[in-house]
Amino acid sequence: MSGFAQNTFNGLVSGAFYALLALGLAVIFGMLRVVNFAHGAFYMLGAFGAYVLLSEAGVPFWAALVIMPVGLGLLGMALERAVIHRLTKLDPLYNFLLAFGLTLILQDLVKLRYGVQSSPYETPSLLSGSVDFGLFDFPTYRVFILGFAVLLCVAVWWVLTRTRIGMVVRAATERPDLTRAFGIDVGRWVTPVFGFGIGLAGLAGVLAAPMRAVNPLMGADLIIVVFAVVVIGGLGSIFGSVAAGFGIGLVQAWGEAYLSNFPLVSQTIVFVVMAGVLLWRPAGLFGREEAPA
Amino acid sequence: MRRTMGVAAASAVVVLAAGCGGGGPQSSGDQKLTGDKIVLGVLNDQSGAYSELSGKNSVAAVEMAIADFTAKYGDKAVTKNITVETADHQNKPDVANSKAQEMYDRKGVDLILDVPTSSAALKVADVAKEKKKLYFNIGAATTDLTGKSCNKYTFHYAYDTYMLANGTGKTTTEQIGKNWYILYPNYAFGQDMEKSFSTAITAAGGTVVGKDGAPFPNTSGDFSTFLLKAPNLNPKPDVLGTMQAGAELVNVVKQYNEFKLRDKGVGLAVGLMFLTDIHSLTPAALAGTTYTDAWYWNFDAKNREFADRFQQKAGTRPTFAHAANYSAASQYLEAVQAAGTDDADAVVKGLEGKTVEDVFLRNGKIRAEDHRVVHDAYLAQVKPQSEVAEPWDYVKVLKTIPAAEAFRAPSADCKL
Repeated sequence: MSGFAQNTFNGLVSGAFYALLALGLAVIFGMLRVVNFAHGAFYMLGAFGAYVLLSEAGVPFWAALVIMPVGLGLLGMALERAVIHRLTKLDPLYNFLLAFGLTLILQDLVKLRYGVQSSPYETPSLLSGSVDFGLFDFPTYRVFILGFAVLLCVAVWWVLTRTRIGMVVRAATERPDLTRAFGIDVGRWVTPVFGFGIGLAGLAGVLAAPMRAVNPLMGADLIIVVFAVVVIGGLGSIFGSVAAGFGIGLVQAWGEAYLSNFPLVSQTIVFVVMAGVLLWRPAGLFGREEAPA
Repeated sequence: MRRTMGVAAASAVVVLAAGCGGGGPQSSGDQKLTGDKIVLGVLNDQSGAYSELSGKNSVAAVEMAIADFTAKYGDKAVTKNITVETADHQNKPDVANSKAQEMYDRKGVDLILDVPTSSAALKVADVAKEKKKLYFNIGAATTDLTGKSCNKYTFHYAYDTYMLANGTGKTTTEQIGKNWYILYPNYAFGQDMEKSFSTAITAAGGTVVGKDGAPFPNTSGDFSTFLLKAPNLNPKPDVLGTMQAGAELVNVVKQYNEFKLRDKGVGLAVGLMFLTDIHSLTPAALAGTTYTDAWYWNFDAKNREFADRFQQKAGTRPTFAHAANYSAASQYLEAVQAAGTDDADAVVKGLEGKTVEDVFLRNGKIRAEDHRVVHDAYLAQVKPQSEVAEPWDYVKVLKTIPAAEAFRAPSADCKL
């Protein structure tokens, strides 16, 4: 029983990373119709930035948790203005290729300067112990990640459903043309939304630094699963991506724990789920079929 | 017309006579090096996961070997024209295969060195066999190089899975704890390591109470399921043996510390670890961890002298792979010097059965039966941070494993 609870808890922690990354991808896709393949690279930059800040300037984890998402968000906004924006009118493939190229450039720049060896990052001392839950104890840092991610997802949900900005974003996500017809300037929200999505990726990266290997390729491995999560949740569906993120984290953790005698199954389970969902609901669990243009 | 031909024939005779007679045994040496030069090829990972532990610094080590050889023999050297060719195989067997062919065929390479990643290493062995050119593998671990895939032109120089398992598995079982939980990446290398370790542990009187193959590559980066399972097994394991390498090893160790397994009485043993891995994890994260090392830079004065020279050139301390590249290149050049030719068959003949002593090979012997280069190995333990007196001096050697015990007996599968 305690084993099951621990595995569930772990699944949720993995899921928290998926959810944060998928949430960013979902808002970006919704607003810009851009499949941001570079999301994993920004996640890596978040973690690496935290490492560089700490090792070269002595900036602690807590400050990095603010600096990196804001800094990367601004970088994302600049990028959107400078290049992505210019390609949105063309075939979506162009932006996909741009993001792919950007990923390679960012990875190689970091590689050039820091090499491929993983860089050390300590768990902040405040969170280094463990919490006793009666049935089992759990590293404080993981509890913190889970709480933080859930809080953040709830906050995003609140902004999207309870504020005017959120209304505009949701409307523009679902029916950009119609929203524009109501006289709302959709264009001015595009850049901040892109920056916000990138900021979330950076935040996930900082959170990952103490518990994952910090190296230039850390995002490349993760992004494949995150794309599967987004597809399962429904492209562009904000609730769907968060729910699918936590869901896939659970499925992976349980798969590893209870199907370890069938390594092929536990390794591919995410993609099996994805294939199943696509057969059953081609638009994803929470996605909506887009009206033919 | 007739006269012209006669002159031509006569001059040909003169030329031939001059060519042969002019030198006798001495100057026919000019003919004995193909292209009148020696070309060493370093084929390894220069951009990916293994580029720090081998990569460009292996090239630097080979250049050191050439400089030392030239300085040692001066005018008596078989040639002063020794160059290095290098290529990135990206850890991909197909790339390794085509780069190796290119090296032998078009770049005039006499010897290929390094080649980490077992699958790529085996491909290059096939190329060496086909082209009848020499190949010293340093970076790869698979025992197949001296087993079913062995051949006349391939030598396995630094380490292998048997050496790692025998050293770490046996000694840890005897000294630290009998019950093991093994975690391995579920692909060829990991499965091979798991088998080698299980065999060594059982032979030493230990028990493998549990083992799991983790997904490879582990896209989630999470190993907590396995780390949580370990202390709850019955009987409780004394040692967690992780066979993960590179970034995955970093993930396992970070999470091992996060779940405080050491405090719960589960020690850590690592299947394969390089100095660069300890550097990136920090000694604090690994303190007390045991593993088998093929060579350590601060083991004695001789190693240290080499490490100091290496640092001047490369800016960092050498891993065992770097030292082994230096040694392999040196031993090859010595063999060519002794044979007076770079003809592969003649060099192989000179190497087989030779006993060698150098900075890397202690009590070294190049086995004729399977081309395994045997030498002393070391059981090493990562120091606590407080005992780290200088940068990169992260481990203490607990025990020297004699060359005769460190490697397996020649395999019956190997037919040279």
